[in-house]
Amino acid sequence: MRVCVQHEAFDLGTESARFAAGHRDMGAIVTFTGIVRDLPDDPMEAMEIEHYPGMTEKAITAMAREAVTRFELGDVLVIHRYGRLQPGEMIMMVATAARHRKNAFEAATFLMDYLKSRAPFWKREISASGASWVAATEEDEAALSRW
Amino acid sequence: MDVLYFAWVRERIGLPREVVETQAATVSELVAELCAREERYAAAFEDLSALRVALDQELADFDASLEGVREVAFFPPMTGG
Repeated sequence: MRVCVQHEAFDLGTESARFAAGHRDMGAIVTFTGIVRDLPDDPMEAMEIEHYPGMTEKAITAMAREAVTRFELGDVLVIHRYGRLQPGEMIMMVATAARHRKNAFEAATFLMDYLKSRAPFWKREISASGASWVAATEEDEAALSRW
Repeated sequence: MDVLYFAWVRERIGLPREVVETQAATVSELVAELCAREERYAAAFEDLSALRVALDQELADFDASLEGVREVAFFPPMTGG
């Protein structure tokens, strides 16, 4: 299990390949990658991601451990960036390894739902028209109830 | 105890963290003490349903006890992922 909270960019190919290697007993690997999405009507200059050093690592590690137990994962990787990012940059990735695909997919979805609403990150979008904090949505909160 | 603020809570209060001397027994009592200090705190804590609190880096409720707590953090709902 690996949890990385970092400003630096990561290489999706390198991380995916490293994660996939060395799991001969795992038949399924799922990866998800989140990208800074530009705003269609108001081009974004940057996205700033604030976080709570210390709590962030603890919260993500707890989620990852829960995912390992619940979905019988062989391994899990979470990388989440903070700081100032440009549209098109990768914000984060999740990788899960399980014996079969169903658990690998479900574990990745579970982790994404929890990262969205329970990992202490706050996004701010900066565009020509100003800066605004991204608001949490009811859908994101409701997504947790299925777990 | 150390009190930390994040995102727009930090912006409204105007600082990221401070040391607060308090006898408050619960988070709600601490919030009431802070709000009584200055308008900027009252503005930040105006709607508690829009806020979250963590005690020693674990999410908690506003009626939670502060006994033994060293670090309290206030912030809006999280937007990770």
